[in-house]
Amino acid sequence: MQQIPIIEVRDEARRAFEVCNACRYCEGFCAVFQEMTEHRAFNDETLDHLANLCHNCTACFHACQYKPPHEFNIDVPGTLAELRPLTWQAYAWPRRFSELLQVRGTEVALALAGIFALVMVGCFALIDRAALTGIHTGPGAFYQVIGHGTIVLLAGSASIWSIAACIVAATRYQRALGPHAMTQWSDVVRDIFYLKHLGGGHDEGCNEGDDAFTNLRRVFHHFTMWGFLLCFAATSVATVYELILDWQSPFPYTSLPVVLGTVGGVGLLIGPVGLLYLNYKRDALRGMDTAFIVLLFLISLTGFALMMARASSAMGTLLAIHFSLVLAFFVTLPYTKFVHAIYRTLALVRFHRNKG
Amino acid sequence: MNLRPMPRESDETTDILVIGGGHAGLCAAITARQLGARVTLLEAGDRHMRGGNSRHTRNLRAMHPEPTATLTGVYDRAEYWEDILRVTAGNTTEKLTRMVIDQSYGLMDWLTAQGVRFQPSLRGTLSLDRTNAFFLGGGCALINALYRQAEQDDIKVRYKAEVVHIEFDKRRFSAAIDSNGRRYKADAAILACGGFQSNTEWMVEAWGEAARNFLIRGTPLNRGFVLKDLMSQGIATMGDPTQCHAVAIDARAPRFDGGIVSRLDSVPFGIVVNQQGERFYDEGEDFWPKRYAIWGRLVADQPGQIAYSIVDQKVTSAFMPSVFPPLTAPTLQELAAQLDMDAAQLVDTIERFNAATEAQDHYDATTLDGVCTSGLTPDKTNWALPLDEPPFHAYPLRPGITFTYLGLVVDEDARVQYTGGEPVSNLFAAGEIMAGNILGQGYCAGTGMTIGGVFGRIAGQHALSEVSR
Repeated sequence: MQQIPIIEVRDEARRAFEVCNACRYCEGFCAVFQEMTEHRAFNDETLDHLANLCHNCTACFHACQYKPPHEFNIDVPGTLAELRPLTWQAYAWPRRFSELLQVRGTEVALALAGIFALVMVGCFALIDRAALTGIHTGPGAFYQVIGHGTIVLLAGSASIWSIAACIVAATRYQRALGPHAMTQWSDVVRDIFYLKHLGGGHDEGCNEGDDAFTNLRRVFHHFTMWGFLLCFAATSVATVYELILDWQSPFPYTSLPVVLGTVGGVGLLIGPVGLLYLNYKRDALRGMDTAFIVLLFLISLTGFALMMARASSAMGTLLAIHFSLVLAFFVTLPYTKFVHAIYRTLALVRFHRNKG
Repeated sequence: MNLRPMPRESDETTDILVIGGGHAGLCAAITARQLGARVTLLEAGDRHMRGGNSRHTRNLRAMHPEPTATLTGVYDRAEYWEDILRVTAGNTTEKLTRMVIDQSYGLMDWLTAQGVRFQPSLRGTLSLDRTNAFFLGGGCALINALYRQAEQDDIKVRYKAEVVHIEFDKRRFSAAIDSNGRRYKADAAILACGGFQSNTEWMVEAWGEAARNFLIRGTPLNRGFVLKDLMSQGIATMGDPTQCHAVAIDARAPRFDGGIVSRLDSVPFGIVVNQQGERFYDEGEDFWPKRYAIWGRLVADQPGQIAYSIVDQKVTSAFMPSVFPPLTAPTLQELAAQLDMDAAQLVDTIERFNAATEAQDHYDATTLDGVCTSGLTPDKTNWALPLDEPPFHAYPLRPGITFTYLGLVVDEDARVQYTGGEPVSNLFAAGEIMAGNILGQGYCAGTGMTIGGVFGRIAGQHALSEVSR
């Protein structure tokens, strides 16, 4: 699989917007076309901004009188969907990792999880077989399989790594696009949590392969987004319990981290499957997008398996697999679809600047 | 044109046949179907090209006694009527026009119920936020919504079915024949297949060889086969074939289907010369939205049907961006070379123009500022700044034909008639093919779609009374 160079994709996006800017029929659909009218010419940074503003609802494609087979051959959402991951790649740190993941995202992420799991299970098999296959219950049960220090070290360094890489990327992006006027933050928050721009301009949703509108993508995105946020909250609360209050996992089923994680986990079973289906239907499965949602789904699935089997001899193996997936998720996070949350937020913040 | 193929496949029979799948045809088909008739709709294009010129539209003009969700202020029937009267110079059928105006208000709600979505007026060129309801996403989105409704209502849609001949029996419509020789029989038919601007031979017949240099802004499928066929069978028409909505557009636009983006807004900000390098009309007569529709004919009258809008650097950000970049040169001589024009003549025209400009301190592109030239033939009466800041830019212009006016005479039931005035009881027309009844000349933005929607619905309702089942 050969990547098209970003310069060519930007040129195609520029060509498309030069046509669009003379038409503007799509102005009512979303932020992309309203932003477009603020410009007469489209430099690379403006195109990167527009690409990250685009939520890929595809309403503009189906409404376009110039879409192929018209000789103007305009496909704004398709072109921006190609450009978007290339912008993430361009601003990512370190760039090499990103390039690798762009091309074979799902494979790399899953292989990474597999290697982690093999190493862990392998180590146990060689060193302490009993720890892996034994039955452990009560507070601290997980740490009888993988030592507390090991978990803190691995999880801690993976998180610090991903946070650092995301901060560097976001800073590079902001620096490249330059400063902008003050933002109307309430509009940004509304756009993000209402997923306004997956509404097709009339709140009836996106197109999924034909010109009919459906809110399915929005619904599945909500499941995924809230599922992720709840699981993140569960992990944060658990970290506070462990490191500050010195309560040890596994926690009771009715405890805050388990409740948050369970509700969020259900979201992460439903949302990613739905999004994968919709992307498949649109014929738009892309490496990095897929890696991200497949990992989310697998983490949730193994999380539930671990919870249900935590009193059995399978606990050790499931813990090793679940933990490996979580590690792979965090190690690859700065290069997967996850970063759309960062770039799109920055794009919306820029879009809602005071335009005077 | 003279295709009269024999039927090859079995006939298709329905209650009401709608010929043409643009806005008017869809409104007619959906109306008739929702009243209970079986409806077949014949569309000349494939799925991509369906919808005819409606694909390229973006709004309709609607009367409203109070502000609506997307329209500001009030636009009452009296003002609407005045607007039509003014643009047509009285060349209109009052009874039909008043029907269009009265029913334009309800049309928005009806279209919304069929899935069409409206939005507030676009920012940009024309200020129509009070008078015109804009389709969210433009005409293609409207057409998509109406086809979805048609499918949901179980209307039989036949793509690539271009009707070339209408059969009559005892002076009533009996069947339509498409270019594949397929025959569609029905109790009644509604003609909604547009004008004939895409029929080069017919345009040449009317305009002479100059018509070969015209660009057609919309669908290549409006070839007027039905119109010509009906004329040869004694059906009454109005208007003459040289009348058309002709605007000046970028000469580099495709021969067909270039749509809105081939528009150029640079004319009032500079001068326009023909291939000889000579000016021929007042570029600053009025605001461009009020004048662009006369420039098509002005350019059509120039040698080779080409002209060039020339501006200098200082005004380039005053008009909407164009799709095709201008031809640009640091000197007028070099620009003339790019345009294959006599450099001495171009330089002379511009020097004389610059010398004839007067004080410019009142220059204001947003008003008729009266900043003019004096002593030229023709003078430029507004926004006359000298062209003196290089580089210089040229946009080539050609006539861009939106639609033709020649159409079928209809009564208030949308029924067509024979030249003697005898109605064809079961044959109706809606849209561009009969718009000349309302707009005998001139044009008023958004009225075409209003006529199509209102007369489409009227035709659909009255065709029902002809269904025998």
